[in-house]
Amino acid sequence: MFQIVRKQEMAKGTIIRFDISAPKIAKKIKPGQFIILRVNETGERIPLTVADKDSFAGIITIIFQVVGKTTALMRSLNTGDIIKDVVGPLGKAAEIEKTGTVIMVGGGTGVAILHHIAKAYHEAGNHVIGIIGAQNKEMLILENEMRNICDELVITTDDGSYGKQGFVTGPLKTYLQERYDIKLVYAIGPIVMMKNVTKLTKEFNIPTIVSLNPVMIDGTGMCGGCRVKVGNETNFACVDGPDFDGHKVDFDELENRNSIYLKDEKDSLLFSIR
Amino acid sequence: MFDQDVKYLKFKTYLNTYCPHCHNSFNIEKKEEKSIVFKAKYNDQDIDLKLSPYLDVFDIETSVPIKEGDTLDDVICPKCKKSILNKEVTCGECNSSVGEVMISALSKLMPFYICTKYGCEWHGLSKADERKLKLKIPRQDMPEQDQKLRISNYQEVPYGYTTELALLEAGRCLQCKSPKCVDGCPVNIDIPAFISLIAEEKFDAAAKKIKEKNILPSICGRVCPQEDQCEKYCIVGIKDKPVAIGRLERFVADYERKMDLVKAPVISAENGKRIAIVGSGPAGLTVAADMRQLGYGVTIFEALHETGGVLTYGIPEFRLPKSIVQFEINYLQSMGCRIETNHVIGPLLTLDELLDNFDAIFIAVGAGLPIFMNIEGESLGNVFSANEYLTRMNLMKAYRFPEYDTPMPQGSKVAVIGGGNVAMDCARTAKRAGAGEVTIIYRRSRHELPAREEEVHHAEEEGIIFKLLNNPVKYIGTDNNKIKAIECIKMELGEPDQSGRRRPIPIEGSNFIVECDLAIVAIGNGPNPILFQSSPNLKLNKWGYIDVDPKTNETSIPNVYAGGDIVTGSATVILAMGAGRIAANAMHKKLSKKPKRKVKA
Repeated sequence: MFQIVRKQEMAKGTIIRFDISAPKIAKKIKPGQFIILRVNETGERIPLTVADKDSFAGIITIIFQVVGKTTALMRSLNTGDIIKDVVGPLGKAAEIEKTGTVIMVGGGTGVAILHHIAKAYHEAGNHVIGIIGAQNKEMLILENEMRNICDELVITTDDGSYGKQGFVTGPLKTYLQERYDIKLVYAIGPIVMMKNVTKLTKEFNIPTIVSLNPVMIDGTGMCGGCRVKVGNETNFACVDGPDFDGHKVDFDELENRNSIYLKDEKDSLLFSIR
Repeated sequence: MFDQDVKYLKFKTYLNTYCPHCHNSFNIEKKEEKSIVFKAKYNDQDIDLKLSPYLDVFDIETSVPIKEGDTLDDVICPKCKKSILNKEVTCGECNSSVGEVMISALSKLMPFYICTKYGCEWHGLSKADERKLKLKIPRQDMPEQDQKLRISNYQEVPYGYTTELALLEAGRCLQCKSPKCVDGCPVNIDIPAFISLIAEEKFDAAAKKIKEKNILPSICGRVCPQEDQCEKYCIVGIKDKPVAIGRLERFVADYERKMDLVKAPVISAENGKRIAIVGSGPAGLTVAADMRQLGYGVTIFEALHETGGVLTYGIPEFRLPKSIVQFEINYLQSMGCRIETNHVIGPLLTLDELLDNFDAIFIAVGAGLPIFMNIEGESLGNVFSANEYLTRMNLMKAYRFPEYDTPMPQGSKVAVIGGGNVAMDCARTAKRAGAGEVTIIYRRSRHELPAREEEVHHAEEEGIIFKLLNNPVKYIGTDNNKIKAIECIKMELGEPDQSGRRRPIPIEGSNFIVECDLAIVAIGNGPNPILFQSSPNLKLNKWGYIDVDPKTNETSIPNVYAGGDIVTGSATVILAMGAGRIAANAMHKKLSKKPKRKVKA
């Protein structure tokens, strides 16, 4: 039993933040690692990368966008409510080291995961450049938090309602062209965003790490549902990832695999509304 | 006819008994009264002796009172006046002389002995005749759910023996003096003893007898490959089919559970030492029960949200009802075992951290890393590992989608790659999920199928198609990247390989297409490294499984033991339990020498 100690609605109620009491996990979880939760007895197991933690208070933070049945169900929960199962930490932790200048690119709810990693890079003494994007001003999350840890921060929105108009790849290209000291790019967000970021950084030959979020069940390497092709090798995102060398990931395959259950997701939502 | 014969053994029904000399029938039947009448000599007096053999009890009437414990001097046929006392045979219980009559069994007369001592109720056939008679009883089949009915539900297929069938089957056991079946059992259950208790209708005692060695009889009775273990060595099996030991085991375990006769065992006084068990599958549960009984504090850590390991996520409901698994786990909890679900040992707590809090650890995480063939198209939509397919269906109850949120993988034409029990489970589950056509693709021939004969038989009954001596080379997808067909190649069998099975060799140019819209890869599992990553000093073998001392099942780290699939690779439930038993014994031996230590809070 895991209690939600704080619920915060971000972005017009479509992006939600939960602080969950999970002392054992909070003690161990590192940036880049994820948890799997199951809301209730009939619920499915969904993976969510942790956005922050407080080891002393025993709290982990997750931020999710309402996209399907389970996330819709989670939105209906409030502070004090219980989540039946939370298991973690799962996956490999991000490798944090002092390398110099790094660019952290985040899109949508990907910013939540990015924040946890960016914070670690900041604390390790790197010069952190943040580029975060969203559809519009309302959908932008964690702006202040990112501002606190980034040495430079650029914001983009698709419709230009805030920050620069356009995609995150715009400012990224500018940085890559202007600065020669960039050692690493971290890209976390929608698959199409990560795909375009890696295409761009490949031109400049900058190592790029992406964080993947494929369909998975157990999260411990047992089901193989989360298999992704990385450089002609089949990897399981849950135990070999979720972070991978972005230049080697087969994004097209990932996109296909993640769309397998779209129809079921719809059926499931319709069933729950009925 | 056979029913009748078996009952002779028990002398339960009214027997037709004849004089061995003149073949006169001793039986008298009057209205309500059925009895056998002899003349006898007692203390130099001629007396009439009347036996009413009902329900194992001899109701004896005599013309003169006989003292309890006295034996009759002679027994005489009332017609030919000859003695029917047989001086060469003695009573099986008190060594007194016996009267010999003839009974009709198996369409011929057989000698049948009745003790002449008053108060002793022994009676029976000679050992040789009893054996002959037993060998004539055929192996009893379990009643099953109709094959047309069962493919549209997930209820258990075999219903289990009725009391009558169990008694008949138990009557087949020869009670060998040096039973081979016990050696064939990985946990050495005293099989003749429990079967003899069944024959005496002491079902509860029979269940307790099994539980001395095996804490999960209702599970083992269902999923053990008995044909390769106890039943393989059964002496009856040399000429006939072996005694159905597994079905009898299941019968008594179910009887005990249904009649609410399960009692928590006596637990030794708490000894203050603590054991951590990683994984709640069969090996883990065995160690938990054994160590708890010896007075250790036991905590079981399970990575998933549900306990039972492969019993829960792997084996389908129609083969092993989940309520039974839960019953057994509740039993452990009632003994005082603690269970912690959602604990992935390794990332959440390392072995070192566990050793700070526990005196010993038993690792039983199973072999849970699915193997793929690494051929083209394996990442297409609707290509599943058996683990994922079964986990969705069993653990997440996807077959009840959308009531349960996990979507059910659906296909009208399903192909299952592999020939083991897991492949059979997948194929039969797919059939129940509504697939019109389910095909098993296996690279060797029927003879080499690793699945249990019973499972193959059930699969065939349910209309599963077997495409043998075929192997996939490529998965072919639709435009939207879902599978639509598998390209296979025909195989032929060559020389035997290391496993002793004939090696399959592809036949060049024999490629053909099998259409399907759902493919399940069930070709085995490897070791899951998630636990090892945080414990580099844990020694593994060249296949990545844990290296243990086979005598104690202790690993390279002192006080850390391991057993089950994580040591042997994919095997059976009972072998995992056997490994657990070895580790529990060794642990107890080592820990009882160790002084109680202070445990960190």
